[in-house]
Amino acid sequence: METQQQKQLVLILARAFASSLSTPTLLADARGYLVFYNEAAEAVVGRRFAETGEMPLDDWVAAFEPRTTDSVEIPPERRPARIAFDERRPSHADYVVTSTDGMSRAIEVSAFPLFAHTDEFVGIIVIFWRA
Amino acid sequence: MRLKIWGCRGSVATPGAETTKYGGNTSCVEVMLDGDDTAIVLDAGTGIRALGLDLIGRGTRQIRLFLTHLHLDHLEGLRFFAPIWDEKVSLEIWGPRSPVVSLRDRILRSFSPPLFPLDFRDVPARITFHDLPGEPWLGEGVSLHSDLVLHPGPTVGFRLESGSSSIAYLPDHEPALAGIDAASPDWLSAGALARGADFVLHDAQYSEAEYPAKIGWGHSSVAHAVEFSRAVGAHRLVLFHHEPVHSDRELEELEERARELTEDGVSPPLLAREGMVLEVI
Repeated sequence: METQQQKQLVLILARAFASSLSTPTLLADARGYLVFYNEAAEAVVGRRFAETGEMPLDDWVAAFEPRTTDSVEIPPERRPARIAFDERRPSHADYVVTSTDGMSRAIEVSAFPLFAHTDEFVGIIVIFWRA
Repeated sequence: MRLKIWGCRGSVATPGAETTKYGGNTSCVEVMLDGDDTAIVLDAGTGIRALGLDLIGRGTRQIRLFLTHLHLDHLEGLRFFAPIWDEKVSLEIWGPRSPVVSLRDRILRSFSPPLFPLDFRDVPARITFHDLPGEPWLGEGVSLHSDLVLHPGPTVGFRLESGSSSIAYLPDHEPALAGIDAASPDWLSAGALARGADFVLHDAQYSEAEYPAKIGWGHSSVAHAVEFSRAVGAHRLVLFHHEPVHSDRELEELEERARELTEDGVSPPLLAREGMVLEVI
């Protein structure tokens, strides 16, 4: 079979699920690449996914300068997405981001690891809300 | 490489005067390779009963059975597959693993009371179990690839390749649930399995009018089957997993609809029927 990228079925289902949600949601794959965010997330981050494309999730998150409500930078290893990715467990946090339109927004973020089987990690799903 | 269809009905076997032309047996397809006396079988619906008798007649004792999933219409014939009642037969069963219960234990449930009078321990053939999906299975002049596909519960589809020929087998598949978008082939369920295949045997259980009431049941309308076939650039679509309530005449109406939806220059879709042989060179 010719070599061709094919997303894991759990990610395909997660994307279909996220596409139907009015809650901002993004997906990263097992490589740690952002592979999708929904229209609701587009409204918060200020950019369409089609313009962003796939990229390392850490790089994408860093562009929004996540910080505490006291303006203290949140290092990558304390962000919910990285915790879900590195430690394979759910995580939640409140923080402030700067959208591409320059506006600061307080958000709440929950991230969960996705397992197709107990030994098959396929990525993470991140859901966030305006606080 | 040739495929012989021993059963192509979906959901439940439907013998009767209304289904004599396309058949009432549930899913079972035999893969035939020149010069190889090992039998390769896809799914164990009721069609496998007649295949089993045929294999006994041919003296076949090495059998590899690849199961897309364990819904009854893909498994119910196994208990009546004559070769398993012959101690000289060796049967390898490949099927999708579940997150909880092993393939072996799930299949064994159907070999125990009150579902069946005999226990699996009474089966004399040597049977081994193997999880899918995994590395491609490589046989004499053929490779078989599997991947999880959109259908309720752990379900795989298959791609068989021999030389430059390829066939995709997706009897139970509802890709429309996640969208059929030719512009994003990596997000298309079974897209890699079916890409450019000579034949795609694809779920086409419902008419376009029936599908809205069955969304999420794991099956496709004829229109979605055509759309999927187009998205993956398949050379010919074979409509498979016929709805039990559809008579031969109604199936032919669906075939006609599929042909209407297929653009000029593409081989017209075919209805799968029992006894049909598909050959790729």
